[in-house]
Amino acid sequence: MLEQQLINALSLGSVYALFALGFTLVFGVLGVINLSHGAIFMLGSYAALLLVEQMALPLWLALILAMVATGLIGLVVDVLVLKPLRRRNAPHLIPMIATIGVAIMITNISQGIFGAENKRFPVGTIPEESVSLGNLHITAVQVAIIVIAFVLMVVLLGVMRKTQLGRALRAIAESPKAAYLLGINVEGLFLLTSFAAAALGGAAGVLVGVSFNAISPFMGQPMLHKGIAVIILGGMGDIRGAMIGGLFLGFAEVLTVAYISSDFRDAVAFGLLFLILLVKPSGMFGKVLERKA
Amino acid sequence: MQINTMLKTIPALLLGATLSTGALAADIKLGVAEALTGPAAKYGVAIKNGFTLAAEEINAKGGVNGSKLELVIEDEQGKKEEAINVFKKLIFQDKVLAVFGPTLSNSAFAADPIANAAKVVAFGTSNTADGITAMGPFTFRNSVMEADVLPVTVKAAVKHFGIKKVAVIYGNDDAFTKSGYDVFKATLEQQKIPTTTTEAYAKGDVDFKAQLTKIKAGNPDAIVCSCLAEEAANIILQTRALGMKQPFIGGNGLNSPKLFEIAKDAGDNTLMGSPWSSENLTPANKAFIAAFKTKFGSEPDQFAAQAYDALYIMAEALKTVKLSGNLAKDRDAIRAALPAVKIDGATGKFAFRAAPAVAGKQVGFDADQEAIVNIAKGGKFVLLK
Repeated sequence: MLEQQLINALSLGSVYALFALGFTLVFGVLGVINLSHGAIFMLGSYAALLLVEQMALPLWLALILAMVATGLIGLVVDVLVLKPLRRRNAPHLIPMIATIGVAIMITNISQGIFGAENKRFPVGTIPEESVSLGNLHITAVQVAIIVIAFVLMVVLLGVMRKTQLGRALRAIAESPKAAYLLGINVEGLFLLTSFAAAALGGAAGVLVGVSFNAISPFMGQPMLHKGIAVIILGGMGDIRGAMIGGLFLGFAEVLTVAYISSDFRDAVAFGLLFLILLVKPSGMFGKVLERKA
Repeated sequence: MQINTMLKTIPALLLGATLSTGALAADIKLGVAEALTGPAAKYGVAIKNGFTLAAEEINAKGGVNGSKLELVIEDEQGKKEEAINVFKKLIFQDKVLAVFGPTLSNSAFAADPIANAAKVVAFGTSNTADGITAMGPFTFRNSVMEADVLPVTVKAAVKHFGIKKVAVIYGNDDAFTKSGYDVFKATLEQQKIPTTTTEAYAKGDVDFKAQLTKIKAGNPDAIVCSCLAEEAANIILQTRALGMKQPFIGGNGLNSPKLFEIAKDAGDNTLMGSPWSSENLTPANKAFIAAFKTKFGSEPDQFAAQAYDALYIMAEALKTVKLSGNLAKDRDAIRAALPAVKIDGATGKFAFRAAPAVAGKQVGFDADQEAIVNIAKGGKFVLLK
């Protein structure tokens, strides 16, 4: 049973990590907790579903197009909501509240368009059978989620660490003003970050939609709660942190179910998280945030 | 000055409103408070459709004693607070004769006391939790309690599959699934069926593999599932992905075409007890299903059927009441007339049964109806024979 639970934990943790990647990226660069990330994640699911159902596209193509679509929505949200607030130098809390509004709007509009019911990808979109290794069962989607989460993380880390673009983004994260004075196109990179983060959220939505057959306008909210926990645990804005925080939460939840009780799944997982933050308030990889005067 | 004039006009306006309602006495206003948006909308909208269909049918046949039924439909969003607001609006502002709803048991516990205090009938068509009708003499429901349905279902399952031990999974943060779990637990104890493990999940969870892996380790003969259809469908699919073949036993929550839209054949051999089945081929049910399909272009579910029946029950009661135009008197007359109603509707033969008295006082009325046990075969529920 333990081996099976470890596989369960790894795939659940990868889902959380995947969701948290985009979420943490926006915070890292823009310094904004974008609470519409859950709603955009949900839109990713629906975008891919429509592409597969209506246009009969293969899933891999639908995944890429859904990422582009959600990326564009992220861009629109940035231009319409975050950018005006940036221009006015609004304190941190304001863009966060504004994105709650965006999330509620997107959720409500989606409900109007798609209905409140759960939808699923047509049967046969992905192989549903699991591979059995003795008593161990792994589905193709579980493997895909784990692989895609790790690949996206490595790519993102590579971009941030090794490229000119990454250096510019890190400079912005340190101080947008200084970066601007150094001739970096700060506004353009803000927009690019919002696009990339939303595209990552959309990818997470597609994979979760494919693997759990529960695409609904309300699927973003529970994921958002876990995502917030994950990025706080991992260290706000840290990409490795999002990955490890996600895996940590997945393992904590699954092992609680396996060895304590499913009744305490969230209580134990979030309790542990709280304990870790007591020891290291900045999260596992985070730097202590300096208060900006 | 302005405020003063306003204060003077308000009574006049109110008087005018009362007079105009008096003048339109031909219409009988009935309130419908259901969750038309939000996560519970899938039930609320089905319920609304059931009411709309029944109202059109009744009015097309000339209404009740020559009066047309007018539904005042409001969205309570599946929230307690909104249910209270909407009940207040329907009762005090729209001055309806009786109120149907709200959709969820949770909300009924919040809103029904308002109706009772105002002495207006609150008629639930989808509230199955224990204790709903204990709230007062104006509370009615035609939804069959889980406590009546589940013991019958479990007994049928034990016999059909030769079950010795079961595992249980349920949603622990929803009044409906939690209350279903409580009934299942009591039923299993009563029928002396041991439980290998009891697992819970929370609203919004999509990955149940951790719980199911644990259930698998206990090797039960069947899995009892107090869940809503969409969760149940995913639980079933994930069970199969883990290489488990056990049949499922569930309640009302599984009675939805959604189960098979998501789970397809994986849901086969699921047993479910419900007051309504699309396979129950009585003339009344056949007519209901056909009319519903024509009007809405989709298959009806249990929630639509119960709402549809509820309006016919109300109409039957209204037939025996001579409306006086005095709202308080008429509202009380409806309450007095309802308990005697017996109909043969889409959900079969229906009568009310007085709920157990609370502190020596007579309270509301529950449904007195037979549960139908169904089994899933080839992606749909058929009657278990």
